[in-house]
Amino acid sequence: MTRHPTVQMLIRLGTTVSSLAITMFGLVLVTFFIGRVIPIDPVLTILGDHARPELVERLRMELGLDKPLPVQFWIYLKNLLQGDLGRSVMTTNRVVDDIRLYFPATVELGTVAMIFATVAGIPLGVLSAVRRNSALDQAVRVFSLVGHSIPIPVLGLGSLLVFYAWLGWAPGTGRVGVGYVGLTPSVTGFLTVDALIAGDTEVFWDAAAHLMLPAGVLAYFSMAYISRMTRAFMIDALAGEYVITARAKGLSPARVIWRHAFGNIAVRLVTVLALTYAGLLEGAVVTEMIFSWPGIGQYLTVSLLNADMNAVIGATLLVGFVYMLLNLFADAAYRILDPRV
Amino acid sequence: MLTRRTLLTLTAASPILAAGVFRAGDVKAATPKGVIVQAKQIDDLVSGFDPAEAYDITNLEVVPNLYRGLISPDPADNTKVVGDLAESWTVSKDGTTFTFKLKKDAKFPSGKAVTAEDAAFSFQRAIKLNKQPAFILSQFGYTKDNVDALISAQDSETLVMKLPAPVAPSFLLFCLTAPIGGVVEKATALAHEVNGDFGNGWLKLHSAGAGGYQMVEWVASDHVTLDANPHSGKPDQPRRIFIRHVPDPSAQLLMLQKGDADIARNLTPDLLKKAYAEKDFKVVSSGQAVSVYLAMNQAVPELQKLPVQQAIKWALDYDGIATNITPNMYSVAQGFLPPGLPGGLTDRLYKKDVAKAKKLLAEAGFPDGFEVTLDVPSSAPYADIGQAVQADLAQIGIKVTLVSGEMRQVMTKTRKRGHQLALLAWGTDYFDPYSNSQAFCENPDDGEDGKLKLLAWRNHFVDKELNDMSLAASKELDNDKRMAMYREMQLKFAERAPFAMMLQKIASAVMGKGVSGFVIGPQTGFTQYADIRKA
Repeated sequence: MTRHPTVQMLIRLGTTVSSLAITMFGLVLVTFFIGRVIPIDPVLTILGDHARPELVERLRMELGLDKPLPVQFWIYLKNLLQGDLGRSVMTTNRVVDDIRLYFPATVELGTVAMIFATVAGIPLGVLSAVRRNSALDQAVRVFSLVGHSIPIPVLGLGSLLVFYAWLGWAPGTGRVGVGYVGLTPSVTGFLTVDALIAGDTEVFWDAAAHLMLPAGVLAYFSMAYISRMTRAFMIDALAGEYVITARAKGLSPARVIWRHAFGNIAVRLVTVLALTYAGLLEGAVVTEMIFSWPGIGQYLTVSLLNADMNAVIGATLLVGFVYMLLNLFADAAYRILDPRV
Repeated sequence: MLTRRTLLTLTAASPILAAGVFRAGDVKAATPKGVIVQAKQIDDLVSGFDPAEAYDITNLEVVPNLYRGLISPDPADNTKVVGDLAESWTVSKDGTTFTFKLKKDAKFPSGKAVTAEDAAFSFQRAIKLNKQPAFILSQFGYTKDNVDALISAQDSETLVMKLPAPVAPSFLLFCLTAPIGGVVEKATALAHEVNGDFGNGWLKLHSAGAGGYQMVEWVASDHVTLDANPHSGKPDQPRRIFIRHVPDPSAQLLMLQKGDADIARNLTPDLLKKAYAEKDFKVVSSGQAVSVYLAMNQAVPELQKLPVQQAIKWALDYDGIATNITPNMYSVAQGFLPPGLPGGLTDRLYKKDVAKAKKLLAEAGFPDGFEVTLDVPSSAPYADIGQAVQADLAQIGIKVTLVSGEMRQVMTKTRKRGHQLALLAWGTDYFDPYSNSQAFCENPDDGEDGKLKLLAWRNHFVDKELNDMSLAASKELDNDKRMAMYREMQLKFAERAPFAMMLQKIASAVMGKGVSGFVIGPQTGFTQYADIRKA
């Protein structure tokens, strides 16, 4: 029996939403319990190691840590459903506000890095596959391998040394120069966008320049992966019978490569790109630390080390949500790129 | 149409395009005039800057720049105090009434003069809020019920602090040098009061003190911005202090070399060497009131024996660790009061002597040693020090298994007395010897519900004589006699307490070209940003 297209769409939507809800619930459950069973006393973060016993007990009760774990979880879940992720003991802000503050920094960095990586990675991968085993292919493979093999700290510090300290082309660490901090009102949280909204081109260029180095480092790392995957997909595609047929039909090499071969790897490539982007939005902890970039990765790490569990769970949920969203996006993209799906 | 040739050209040109964007950003390599930029790890900043609540290291450095107290440590002689907001003070003969006369020229950023009423309010709110550092004042017998009666303003310039019981005058005065002694402008705090919090919520992120600076902005793990208090009376002070979170020490040095930072705060020993080699840089350092110690839990039968404790103390290569693992970061200090703190012990009581240690171990009935675990934080330099301790103890036959964990994990375990040996650090809470003598010597009730769960309790260390000496010294009115008591206490402690006091932390900072006046002292309050100058 064939269902009505609207019914089909509703079923598909229902399945997607329920799958999202179940995954998020699982994520909350696992993160919450891991957060509570790790052998670090969260009260230590708030009161320090020297706190007097009566104060420790008082705070433990205030935080509800004296209650059984299932009760604590139920309270957390109830608050979460009302959009309350709790308050970070480290920053004293609501976790929701912290996420609003730190996540845009990561999105801005990750997006620029992703654009760099895609613009460079895909053409290099395609060229490498087309000129398989040529000197160009070897050069691209070595270049990619180096990018993927060098540890990020080396790449980050190395790039700071060369482009900032030696050549003086790039500014140092942070999102913006000291003289520009706090000048632009936050509207979107993306400093470059906010600077343009405010009409402050000086801040825009400074912020853009601060983006280049960390984004370049992340892009190099991600580009290496994208170009290698593109190359592998393309080699596979170029050996396909439809490509041989296209060539036999006398089509131009560019049309064969881009329309017939590349068009057929697009679905697989979308998955690679979506996951790479998700990885970048998760917050590149090491890059953020080297470049003093106040992003979600650094926030999550510092929170974790301080056993600031509301912040940890909030940031983890965000990362999980981003992954799921990008997976959904990839799924949707399949349907557009491949009518058979 | 996009051809291979175009693609190749674009790819090859990408570094040049990127370079163009770099340059378009108008790369500046100097900090703005009148602004001091510090590159520092500030991810320890927790819970904001209310003097009634701040307790972490960076908070404790920033708060004394926002608030002034009645008293401050004497920079010329750490064992003495000088008046800050207080012009003079008197102590009644029985040691229970302290009367402070305030200076007339101190002003808040609002332009209003600091009054005794502000000071009384500040102490009263600290007691009533009862946040983590409140014990520094409440240990003198202040409670939320009696504080209003005991601490009061006689007039706008006279503050009277009465104590329920006499204490050593120096004890109270040193406690008042802690950030919790910072005077808050009453009107401003109350104007921002929410649900009876005395403005605590607002003061976490703002300030209302008469210090050299006022809080502009704190973005956790990113930056702190302070602007000069226009009424500080120091017209030459930098107009802005900008502390940027730079977690990587190498990046800190690069910023200093490029002129993007004026002061680098967390250089590692190898980077400090480079800084020393640069003729334009100035390195300042000072021992801190932070001690690294090896604790021996008395719940472990082997560790209960005094010769075993002494064997462990004689087995450790203190100098080797300080020289090879922590050069310029930690130095050897073997008292529970490190040098620089009033009563600080400079004597070298133990050094590595394997033969002596083995003999003591044999006397204790363990000629072949025994097995024990050592909990050690996984961060630098503890992990390396832990391995050195393991190697040293192996030489006398004690087989140590290292249990590595995150710092707070190790703390949590020791607070539950679940460790055998533990390597940790202790920083003094306030600049008086009692802070450490209480922590290391006092354990009046070793039961699970003990009232004082500090280091002695956490290691089941009960020594009535040391416990009573510590209490007696806190009440001794004669300061010279008091300091002599601490010396005697530390010698006894070194001999028979289950703690091997090993190292004292050294803090260093590097000033860049043209920068001067940055000072580091044994206490964070010594660092006054208003004294920094930039050519």
